Amino acid sequence: MQKNSSCASFGVNSVGIIRAPSGDGKEAIVLVTPYNPWKIELSEALSLGLAFSIFSLLSQVSWLAKDIVWLAADSQFGEYTSVSAWLKDYHSPVFFSESGKMNIDMCYEYNGHQDRDHIMVKGENANAFKRAGTMAAALVLKVLEKKERQERDSLTIYAEASNGQMPNLDLINIVHYLAVHRQGLRVKIATIGSLLNSVWLRSVGEIVQRLCRFAKSLDPRWKYDITSADYVEGSATLASSMYYQAIGVPTGSHGAFRDYQVDAVTLELSPWFSLKNENSQSAFLLRGGRLIEGVIRSVNNLLEKFHQSFFLYFLTAPNKFVSVGVYMIAYALLIAPLPMVAVAPFSGKNKIRLTTDKGNQTPGYTCSDEMEISIGSWKWLHAAKVVFLTHLWAVVVLLQPYFISQIPYISPTTSMLVWVAVATSALLILYLILGSPYSNDCEWVLLKSVMIAAAFIGLGLMSIINFSTAQIGALIVVPMCLIVRPLKRHKEVALCARVMLMTCNLVLAVMGFPPTALLILKGLFEGFGRVGIGDFWVWAEFLWIWNSATYLYLLLVHLPCWALYVHILLHP
Amino acid sequence: MATHFRRSAALLLLLILPHVLVGPVLASGGPDGLGGAEEEFSEELLLKPLPDRKVLAHFHFQSTALPSTINGRHHRLFPKAIAQLVEKFQIKELELSFTQGRWNYENWGGSDPMSSTNAKPPGVELWTLFDLPTTEVDATWKNLTHTLSGLFCASINFLESSTAYCAPHWGFHPNSDNLRYGALPREAVCTENLTPWLKLLPCRDKAGLASLLDRPSIYKGYYHSQRLRIVSAKLTGIVLEQTLTVVLQPNVRRNNPVSSTAGSLQPNWSMSSVFKKKITGQCVLAKVSRVFLELEENLVAELEKRVSRDSRSNPLFELSAVPDREIKELNALQDQSGSILYEFNVANSNEYEPLDVGMMWKVPLVWSCPHAPFHVSRFLMGSGNERGSLAISLQSTQSHEQFLGGSHACTVEVVAFQVVPWYVKVYYHTLQIFIDGKLQTASDVIEKLQVTPSEDKLLPGTLELMLRFPCSMHSGTLTLDFDKGFLHIDEYPPDANQGFDIPSALVSFPGFQSSRSYHEDDSLKDSPLLLKFQEKNVMRSYTEVLLVPLTTPDFSMPYNVITFTCTVLALYFGSLLNVLRRRIGEEERELKSKGLQRENINLMACGCRGKENEKTAL
Repeated sequence: MQKNSSCASFGVNSVGIIRAPSGDGKEAIVLVTPYNPWKIELSEALSLGLAFSIFSLLSQVSWLAKDIVWLAADSQFGEYTSVSAWLKDYHSPVFFSESGKMNIDMCYEYNGHQDRDHIMVKGENANAFKRAGTMAAALVLKVLEKKERQERDSLTIYAEASNGQMPNLDLINIVHYLAVHRQGLRVKIATIGSLLNSVWLRSVGEIVQRLCRFAKSLDPRWKYDITSADYVEGSATLASSMYYQAIGVPTGSHGAFRDYQVDAVTLELSPWFSLKNENSQSAFLLRGGRLIEGVIRSVNNLLEKFHQSFFLYFLTAPNKFVSVGVYMIAYALLIAPLPMVAVAPFSGKNKIRLTTDKGNQTPGYTCSDEMEISIGSWKWLHAAKVVFLTHLWAVVVLLQPYFISQIPYISPTTSMLVWVAVATSALLILYLILGSPYSNDCEWVLLKSVMIAAAFIGLGLMSIINFSTAQIGALIVVPMCLIVRPLKRHKEVALCARVMLMTCNLVLAVMGFPPTALLILKGLFEGFGRVGIGDFWVWAEFLWIWNSATYLYLLLVHLPCWALYVHILLHP
Repeated sequence: MATHFRRSAALLLLLILPHVLVGPVLASGGPDGLGGAEEEFSEELLLKPLPDRKVLAHFHFQSTALPSTINGRHHRLFPKAIAQLVEKFQIKELELSFTQGRWNYENWGGSDPMSSTNAKPPGVELWTLFDLPTTEVDATWKNLTHTLSGLFCASINFLESSTAYCAPHWGFHPNSDNLRYGALPREAVCTENLTPWLKLLPCRDKAGLASLLDRPSIYKGYYHSQRLRIVSAKLTGIVLEQTLTVVLQPNVRRNNPVSSTAGSLQPNWSMSSVFKKKITGQCVLAKVSRVFLELEENLVAELEKRVSRDSRSNPLFELSAVPDREIKELNALQDQSGSILYEFNVANSNEYEPLDVGMMWKVPLVWSCPHAPFHVSRFLMGSGNERGSLAISLQSTQSHEQFLGGSHACTVEVVAFQVVPWYVKVYYHTLQIFIDGKLQTASDVIEKLQVTPSEDKLLPGTLELMLRFPCSMHSGTLTLDFDKGFLHIDEYPPDANQGFDIPSALVSFPGFQSSRSYHEDDSLKDSPLLLKFQEKNVMRSYTEVLLVPLTTPDFSMPYNVITFTCTVLALYFGSLLNVLRRRIGEEERELKSKGLQRENINLMACGCRGKENEKTAL
């Protein structure tokens, strides 16, 4: 039941189902092992062997209450594709098939089924698509040979699905508990390596450590001893957790399950020895097998689903997490100033009058004067129009890649150039049609408040869709919104503050532009030398293909905000 | 007074006792006086090896009672509880089944009488045909569910609410004017349901075939279905049929090198290895007590292929006991071999020579079981908490040529009967039928359609559908879209978070009969099990139970809120009351007086010690 974009080639997913003896078959647990049948590696073979041994063990046990589905996913066209193709057939099969017309996506369908329950009976129904109830949980199993030496077998857990959705925390906890306390594995989750060696982070960690010691000396009952190493590792893990949630692209084939609201994790086992050593292979298989069996047994014994409240969290270590109740506070504090600043110009009536009494010479104050008159009128409509048009332009830019990708034989660099050219020309056309947007002297104050309101709404919405994106985005957007001030209007401030403001503004103007931000990020991790113009296009396409909400955020919230920001900066 | 009463009670007992003891003897002494009819009890057991290395055991107990006009209210063998039940609720027909596990239609057979009548959906299923005016049926059903619930220690009383049962028109039973049908897919089946069921047998499980029922081994199996069927008529009296169907895995020793290498080798089994017990005699009250061992058609075909004409010995297997008789099925098509029944009479066995029927395989053998014309499966489509679709898919097993004799331009009739709880709001107009991947117009395929739409919190939706498919069809699918409803807080079951069940659908094939025919013989007539097999029943199969995840509120949250609020309130009021009630002046006075007392005590203690010191010094 596997498909691929080119009609000539197709993949075959094999599925085995154990029917739980004396179970009612309402629920199922899925075990996935991706493998490439054309270029099978030792590690893949080992993962298949591991899955098979678990599967044959489970076919004999009597405690099963849920059916077990083993999917050997053909990963020659990508792990995610094959798993999602199977899931699509499982959840929304197409009964309608026209023999003459072959859909480009669905070129060839083939089912390979093996029912452990009746080995010798190969009925005529062997090719029918077999199902096994509602999925309770899914485990994607992989074996990876690590290059570096380690003293113990290790297990890496990948959990992030599309748009920062996470599986239920209980599933990760089960895996972690069984792996650490029963099998003695080293459990890891992804970290950002460069942060681990960061001197700055370590020094912060040391300060935290000292503070903790100080707190402990005040009252020994306060248990805040966090060492700087822990702090650094926790921050690096948290950063990676946030990063993978923020880009909104699943970290493995478990992401396909999350699209159907099934909790799934990828377990990547890596042995400490070389895989070729056959003596230690069996010990490794035994340990891995026991772990998977334990996890399956735990899920099997659940009468209900996992508790519903643990799916919004960040991981700081395999067994530590930051819950939504905690991280929402930070975010709320971050964006709380936005609505206040947005309404500030409309409420500061008395203050303005006081300042106007002092002197009427400076243009800034005439502006405030005018403001006062305009309160209660519909003056802000003009600003709203500018903001609206900017957002309209952003929508045009957003949809561009779809049309550009329709052009055949085009290199990423050219596509990017076309995109930029179209975007700029669209902006210019808007300017030409509507004339100069700077109609008024103190327009920018109103414009700023409307822009802040729009950004606030955008950030608020995004925090519901993908919290991490909103969090990282807010770190850039909020200072931009708060600090913005026309470059030419700094005269009334003291020199020192003026220089500070201007540099901040300029730095933010550069950093806030999404491509520059990406460039800097990539440059920090991989070096600036290798970045080309085409890379931006590749990134955009990547986000576009995975249906990431981050793409929408970048172009619908961030980009118009930045454009308005620059617009205000250049205000005469 | 009390002693007086006790004495009179003892006197009464003495008066009654001779009647009780002598009464049955007198009754059995003169059967001819009542036209040869009397209450009868029979016990039979059918064993059958299954193609997937399992063994099926089907216990069949049948008790009959005379019409109450002849016998009055007294019974010799027939359970009084059932007789009263039938009389009180005017039951014409009733079937109650408790099932654990799923019947495997692919491997355990789909067309023989066993699977059509004894394969039941998981959980509890109850249907009753009443002999009552239509207006009284619903009220009687409600009473009946409560009675059965008490009788069988099960939560059958949940079928009382009108959302749980339905009144099918023709999809479930051919003549069903006063029929009510209900199913509880989530009901767990356990020994507490078996014990009351066994109590209805005259020997319980103390003697006879029922003594084989070793609880751990029968509940360890792959399928366990305990059934009770009552048929009552004014003229013939009441027939109570109790069956227990279990599919068990014979113990295969792990160390056995043969079984571990050859996956397809059949395990050797016997009653003692499957049930951990042997038969040591029949229930003395039983008229018939027999054990049958059935070999399926395809197994017999294999056997006939290999057996040579001359040799009497069986090349495939060896039976551990010598059968008393061999009964062959008469097949309509002469070229095919029918199934074989080996009969063992339990009456011959005793404690010293127990009956232990078993099979020892000599060669590895593979055979397949007879299939129903279509393999039926049902599944849910879509994801999310808002909507989904229900699909029933029929996969041809290509065996209807065998049934229909390969006639041309044939069609197959299929009747689907589906009950859907009201919170799964099915849009019946979205019914789509695909045959081999082509969408059909409904009128071409549907012969007959009866829909009872669901009413919120009142009625479940019922769909009865008669379809006509061409014989050449390979796969057919019906799909129905539905919306998931919201429930009121008190309508959620205790463990709502698993999801909600849609009971099994029933798919029957009216064109196909599942029956066996045997040589007419007098001895067959007194075997209720074989008579049952000869009945012409429509071939039917149940589908899986489905689990629909519905939006479930976080029930623990109100609890948390209540506990937190109460804690805060308690702290607040506690401290407030403390502050308000405290009188500082009085406390100080108390403290002072306490301090004085303490000083006094200290002084006294000092005094004592001083004295002691003095004493020691002295």
